[in-house]
Amino acid sequence: MSIDISQFLDTFYEESFEGLDIMESELLNLDVGEADTEVINTIFRAAHSIKGGSGTFGLNAVADYTHVMETLLDEMRAGQREVTQDAVDILLRSVDVLRSMLLSLKDNEPLDETTISSTHEELTKLLNGESEAGGASAETSSATSTANTESAVSGWTITFKPNPDMLQTGNDPVRILKELDSLGDVTVEADTSELPEFELLDPEQSYLSWTIQVSGDVAEDDIKECFEWVEDECELSIVANKSEAIEKPAGQTAAPIAEAAPAPERRQSDRRQGDRRAASQSASKKPAESSSIRVNIDKVDDLINMVGELVITQSMLSQIGGAEEFDNSALERLNDGLTQLEQHTRELQESVMRIRMMPISFAFQRFPRLVHDLSGQLNKKIELVLTGESTELDKTVMEKIGDPLVHLVRNSLDHGIEEPQVRLENGKSETGTIELNAFHQGGNIVIEIRDDGAGLNQERILSKAISSGIVKEDDNLTSEQINDLIFAPGFSTAEVVSDVSGRGVGMDVVRRNIRALGGTVEVKSEPGVGSVFTIRLPLTLAILDGQLIRVGTETYIVPLISIIESLQVNPEMINSVTGTAEVYKLRDDYIPIVRLYDIFGIEADSTDVSEGLLVVVENEGKKIAIFVDELLGQQQVVIKSLETNLKQVDGLSGATILGNGTVALILDINGVIMLYQEVTKESILQDKQGKIIAA
Amino acid sequence: MSEAAEEIVEQEVVNTDEKEIREFLTFMLSGEEYGVDILRVQEIKGWDDVTSVPNMPEYIRGVINLRGTIVPIIDLRRRFDLEALEYGPTTVVIVLRVICDGHADRTMGIVVDGVSDVYQVETENLKHSPEFGTAVDTEFVQGIASVEKKMVVLLNIDHMLNSRELSIVDALNN
Repeated sequence: MSIDISQFLDTFYEESFEGLDIMESELLNLDVGEADTEVINTIFRAAHSIKGGSGTFGLNAVADYTHVMETLLDEMRAGQREVTQDAVDILLRSVDVLRSMLLSLKDNEPLDETTISSTHEELTKLLNGESEAGGASAETSSATSTANTESAVSGWTITFKPNPDMLQTGNDPVRILKELDSLGDVTVEADTSELPEFELLDPEQSYLSWTIQVSGDVAEDDIKECFEWVEDECELSIVANKSEAIEKPAGQTAAPIAEAAPAPERRQSDRRQGDRRAASQSASKKPAESSSIRVNIDKVDDLINMVGELVITQSMLSQIGGAEEFDNSALERLNDGLTQLEQHTRELQESVMRIRMMPISFAFQRFPRLVHDLSGQLNKKIELVLTGESTELDKTVMEKIGDPLVHLVRNSLDHGIEEPQVRLENGKSETGTIELNAFHQGGNIVIEIRDDGAGLNQERILSKAISSGIVKEDDNLTSEQINDLIFAPGFSTAEVVSDVSGRGVGMDVVRRNIRALGGTVEVKSEPGVGSVFTIRLPLTLAILDGQLIRVGTETYIVPLISIIESLQVNPEMINSVTGTAEVYKLRDDYIPIVRLYDIFGIEADSTDVSEGLLVVVENEGKKIAIFVDELLGQQQVVIKSLETNLKQVDGLSGATILGNGTVALILDINGVIMLYQEVTKESILQDKQGKIIAA
Repeated sequence: MSEAAEEIVEQEVVNTDEKEIREFLTFMLSGEEYGVDILRVQEIKGWDDVTSVPNMPEYIRGVINLRGTIVPIIDLRRRFDLEALEYGPTTVVIVLRVICDGHADRTMGIVVDGVSDVYQVETENLKHSPEFGTAVDTEFVQGIASVEKKMVVLLNIDHMLNSRELSIVDALNN
């Protein structure tokens, strides 16, 4: 019988990536010089489980690589090695390499051998260099020197004493002994001295210990591998039979790793067969992209409770329906039941939504590393402050907000925070601060990126924008509009195009990505004090509060969040601009009137604005008044994608299904504004042409 | 499963491949009979009102709610520039699964004059499309099958429902 372990591979990858995240954040927490053993332990454990898992799945490259990291960490853990900045940096880099290795393996892509071997070398060099130079701790060298001891040792003496409860963890000493046997000539002596009287014997306890002599050409790593799973559950010592042990110079370190022991090789070939079988089952089809989510058990319990309530309500309703007579009292109960049903449905919906919610710390956690690396690169001193990390956000939104956030933080680091010198001259503290803050506001989640840097240089932005033709010299721009220019495509003020930012593709992509999520981004800045980027995102992409409107026979949904007001038209307030565009004077604002039937090419009840209603909507500070025939109700709608089966349609963000089963389309206000601008541009053009012809 | 057993299974698959019979659902369109691979047919339903989508080509009639998914409905007559026909009681919508490169499968409905029959055709009786003879653009024709002395045009729905305006590539370029 063989178990197809490939099904666990996804879980392994997921756990490994989590492990790497943990390693990364803990490494950053590590105080150089006086390291907290608990922190090192956490890092070690993460590395250890990645090593174990990758070994099991036959990912030898990963296992070998992690092994070196693990050895290094083990020495730090045991206090045999100082935690130096160098070591932490190398470990951090190794985490990156590991991550990319795992990613490549997951996608069946070739590994980047050069980076792997170069960091691998660095790690081993650190391992050996230190152990040779700092040879003072002679006794401790056993762990490190193993890597250097050539396998020409004549043999090993192993004492192995399992903890009494080792059997309960599913480990069987017999198997370990058998595996040792496969390595070379083995003589085993069992120590039965601790064996109790038969009546007192607990069959689930282990009382024996062994002294094992392994002779022949066996590498210590191979022996250690046999004990890999029980390391923490036994007293184990492996001593080389010293008489003939030869210390080899450094540089040979890769040897024991390259020489895979027969045992793991055999396991691996089994596995390959398993893999092949799995591969043939799934045929040539590409593996489907599946993503999973970890859910707090409370949320699931909530859900189960709600479903329970729902079932009760359902049985209550069916009782009413099944009654022989249907009188007034039944009607009352029916109404009660329906009210309950509505409430439960809503609560159920909320609980289900909560399952998709994850704390934003998932998106934030990469920033300590980023700031650590970049501030080193840029020679700036920067402190990162994270607040509101437990603010919850829809998983889809979270996945898509990561990159824009990275961009903004990099931007603040590169452009915002000044060099330490400049800061001191300006009477600021040498260390700059970047704050990431997340909180809920209304139906939105707000993420702020605040820095106490130089602020936006409006003069430079303006001159740059003029020189690159984004605005004209005689455009009178408000200070907000100038700040907004940094989001224009092709805009970059960095004098030197650096690795960090400054290629001018950043900010417009940021804005586009955030818009694609139905969110907005804006910047406020004060010279010398700093800048704040504010991102507003909808809590979830799946449900929205909508206002149903009717134009002719069509029903559309306007997101409630973008509606400012709806009003009846006072014809005197309508002004015509250049004969084609109309604006409505609302208090002190002039708002363009958008005739939906015009831009959507449909029939409306009336083309006379005074016979319909205007719905004033806003998107990113731009207001338009949509002319509709009628306002229908308001309701929560579940957003369905039009793209799944059709394609993206300008002016629409999706569709939904109404209570009567028909489909209604949801307006994308931003898209409607763009459509409107196109249509008016065209008609102005036609107008001009007409005039030219007339003349 | 032992390796020997695996081989046997593989051989069997190969054997059935050789005398494979494919089934086609055929429908009428402007007096001609067209067929689509029956494995792609999800369901057949009567014509019902659709919600029209603005600024779409005329042959995309709109979208319907098919058990919670939004499914576009394409009028095949208009798609092939044939004369439009009033929708009647026999007008049906065939809901198809369309396979696209680089995109998950899509579900789409096509409006046809009426459903005709289901034919079993041996693969060897399938012929490549001629360069002429049907009202439908030859680029959408997968092949011709002769069934009971009739000629049935087999449509390449993946190509037909993916090209031009429906193409995801177009959407990206925009």
